[in-house]
Amino acid sequence: MTESGGGTSPDKDLAGETEPPGADASGVPAQRTPADKADKADKPAEPAESAEPTESTEPAETAEPAESAGPAGATGGAEPAGAAAEGVQGFGRTVLDSILSANTVTVTVLAVFIALVVGAILIVISDSNLTSEYGYFFSEPGTVLGDSWSVVGGAYANLFKGSVFDPATLSGAISGTNSWSQAFAPLSETLTYTAPLVFTGLAVALAFRGGLFNIGAQGQAILGAIGGALVGFELHLPYALHLIVALVGAALGGALWAFIAGALKARAGAHEVIVTIMLNNVATLFLTWLIVQKGVHDPTRSDAISKNVDKTARLPTIPGVDHSVVRVHLGIVLGVLVALGVAWLLQRSTIGFRLRAVGANPSAARTAGMSVGGAYILVMVLSGALAGLGGGMQVLGTTASSLTGQVTANIGFDGITVALLGRGKPWGVVASALLFGALHAGGNRMQSYSHVAIDLVVVLQAVIVIFIAAPALVKAIFRLRAARSGGTPTTLAKGW
Amino acid sequence: MVEPGEIHALLGENGAGKSTLMNVLYGLLQPDEGEILVDGEPKRFRGPGDAIDAGIGMVHQHFMLVPVFTVAENIMLGAESTRGGLLNRRSARQRVLEVSRQYGLPVDPDATVEDLPVGVQQRVEIVKALVRNVDLLILDEPTAVLTPQETDELLAVMRTLKAAGKSIVFITHKLKEVKAIADRITVVRRGRTVGTATPDASEDSLAAQMVGRTVKLRVDKQEAHPGEPVLTVGGLTVLDERGQVAVDGVDLEVRAGEVLGIAGVQGNGQTELIEAIMGLRPVQDGQIMLHAGRAGTGRDAGGRRAAAREGSLSLVGRRTRDILRAGVGYVPEDRSADGLVMEFSVAENLVLDRYDDPQYASGIALSPSAINRAARDRIAEFDVRTSSHLAPVGTLSGGNQQKVIVAREMSSPLRLLVAAQPTRGVDVGSTEFIHARVVRERDQGTGVLLVSSELDEVVALADRIAVMYRGKVLATLPADAPREQIGLLMAGVTDEPAPEKDT
Repeated sequence: MTESGGGTSPDKDLAGETEPPGADASGVPAQRTPADKADKADKPAEPAESAEPTESTEPAETAEPAESAGPAGATGGAEPAGAAAEGVQGFGRTVLDSILSANTVTVTVLAVFIALVVGAILIVISDSNLTSEYGYFFSEPGTVLGDSWSVVGGAYANLFKGSVFDPATLSGAISGTNSWSQAFAPLSETLTYTAPLVFTGLAVALAFRGGLFNIGAQGQAILGAIGGALVGFELHLPYALHLIVALVGAALGGALWAFIAGALKARAGAHEVIVTIMLNNVATLFLTWLIVQKGVHDPTRSDAISKNVDKTARLPTIPGVDHSVVRVHLGIVLGVLVALGVAWLLQRSTIGFRLRAVGANPSAARTAGMSVGGAYILVMVLSGALAGLGGGMQVLGTTASSLTGQVTANIGFDGITVALLGRGKPWGVVASALLFGALHAGGNRMQSYSHVAIDLVVVLQAVIVIFIAAPALVKAIFRLRAARSGGTPTTLAKGW
Repeated sequence: MVEPGEIHALLGENGAGKSTLMNVLYGLLQPDEGEILVDGEPKRFRGPGDAIDAGIGMVHQHFMLVPVFTVAENIMLGAESTRGGLLNRRSARQRVLEVSRQYGLPVDPDATVEDLPVGVQQRVEIVKALVRNVDLLILDEPTAVLTPQETDELLAVMRTLKAAGKSIVFITHKLKEVKAIADRITVVRRGRTVGTATPDASEDSLAAQMVGRTVKLRVDKQEAHPGEPVLTVGGLTVLDERGQVAVDGVDLEVRAGEVLGIAGVQGNGQTELIEAIMGLRPVQDGQIMLHAGRAGTGRDAGGRRAAAREGSLSLVGRRTRDILRAGVGYVPEDRSADGLVMEFSVAENLVLDRYDDPQYASGIALSPSAINRAARDRIAEFDVRTSSHLAPVGTLSGGNQQKVIVAREMSSPLRLLVAAQPTRGVDVGSTEFIHARVVRERDQGTGVLLVSSELDEVVALADRIAVMYRGKVLATLPADAPREQIGLLMAGVTDEPAPEKDT
């Protein structure tokens, strides 16, 4: 991740939210690889199980080493890229299977719970007062545990107050010491962070349903941000129209970027995971280059930042409230509408029928006369357009008003996580985007009030995904695994 | 229940529980209840190793051999004899030769397994079991992959083993073989033993026990009234995945109102041939023409022939979608891989290749009510047993899944029906139903191209039989040609007097 001019950004919120580049870089692979690895771990596990159905207790053990074998997993990912189209499709299908069928609501809820427990342990470990207290744990266990509890409780309370509701502001509003806007600020923050995640989450989820693993939502979001911003400050159009054209620009930017990956996949058999990862890097560097070019760079500034998007192209906020406090904008409404549209597209349209068929069984789709390559291109273009809109939210909303190197933050990679947690379903995506938006909004308050680094939020997200991607682990921890008597090899394999 | 020196046949439909029972016996699955007695002692097998120690060996339907290893290496696999940490190949070879001589099972210990014909690979599997001194040998559907001649050889081997005092459990659903070899027969249905029989029981009574009701083993059909050709294939050459010639200059003609059966052992180019016809595989050379194909005499050439409006049409280089829309129905050979989307509902699968037809969609909006109505009609018409038209098709039994495909393909007027292995892995009842529908389709004037590796099926349904061997059609025979002649052709033997061509 290249960072340029992030610190001196005029956007107060962006500056507050921007993570140190180091944390960013560590957060990204943490989120990406677990899913990646677990899906690969599936593959070797399956034949092993069907060959020896007796060892039904085995899977839990065999999969874990496979998961920790990071390098092996990574090379496994590189192989299908060169292999024939069948292998590539097989991988996509495995990914799809593990997301759509392997998880249950129970697993999702438990994964969130485990993440909070892991987070609590990290909070205790990272608190220097507490760690010194643990030196005399056995003489005063009660005090030590009580202190730990209060520190963890305080941090999580701030997480909640920053994302949902803080009782202090409500009584303040009633007594008149602060405005009503203040009471709704946490929710507003949550929704502001949620909006772009809904789009990128839908982008990744739609691709999943079409059998593709779109790792490139980040790059597509960057191109979307560029498209939206360019329209926003280069064209000067009346209200409403300008916003619409800017949104179209954002969608086109993302769609174009994703089209490259889709076309390479359909025509040349290049694996979309590899191509989109590479395109992410190209997009990041392209943005870094672009913002200092003449015509884009803000001439009144010495740092790397583009001109400001026109007021006419900005997403409207709630009228009549303090916009510095309640900055939720139209983006969240658009997000919900688009989720509705994606749900309709998938379930009720011929396009969705084709995408789902190709995603679930490409060879049956081909036999039924569908063009598999065409479907791959289409799903990538649609997915890219959604991710591009997510990027557009960043520059056209209240998060930022101009392009910087960090303008899209991490929304593309978070989108993968959101889609995983939402199990590829549009409404699941909306719900998990809301959870992640809340974690992010609350994380800011937790950082400033409880002095727990916002990186903890990244850890929580990563842990959630690890357990979502490895449901057997969750089932093992909570002893949910069904009695092993009559299970056939196929259901065991499916259970993954 | 199995005596020493006895061939015990386990007869049952697909999914009746034969293989499950045998997997329990071989230690691959654990019994939930009950026990296994070997020589009067209850045994508990935690894995195949325990079963082998107890003298039980198994030859699986799908061979468990390493293709790139030699015969001797495969046989020693898992029980390698070593000398000073090195494999003792010489003693392994010695042992293989000993066993193969003792039981009259000629195998070359130095041949690489992948170069051997299927029948010989099976022999290797049997030798592998015998080398481990088993007393009871389980053969799981051993004849499914064999030519009639190879089947006869296998039956002879089984007799030899029996004479040597070995017991054999022979799993099959082919009644003829059971009658030919078994000493005793156990019939299983839906996981229960429904009866035992002796080989002198009639085929009809065995089939009735197997299915639970009386079934017709013969397909009722009248004489065909072939009309004009609907499909002509000339000099067709197609490559397989590895770039080898799989279909080698094939000429075929299918006429309206007849069933052309393609007989042949699996893997002789049948799959590539039909995939080329369906536009799923590029054609290297030759031509494929679809014609209007007016029905034969004495048939009503009415509404059903509406599809035949376009006249002749070359299928080479055409998209699968256009070929399907031109009035070709296609039942693919592997229903779970190519025929159905298992996660989709029955209703969705019934429109898988017509989902954007005006009757099911307007613009890009699907019409669920039309799709569901059509699904309910088809489910009733084709007797698909499903809890609901919204149930995922993967929850249906194999026979009902196949009926879904047949219903889908026959739900619009056809000129040509291409059916590959239409009853593979399908129970007797559904087979009967599917056969009847194929014949009905033929009687309506559709040309039918039937590919099946089950000779019985080809003989029962086809009006003419083309035999494929190594990518070539060796001969086209009338349906009443002697089975021996067809069998020899399937094995590539053409020293016969020049086979008649009836076109």
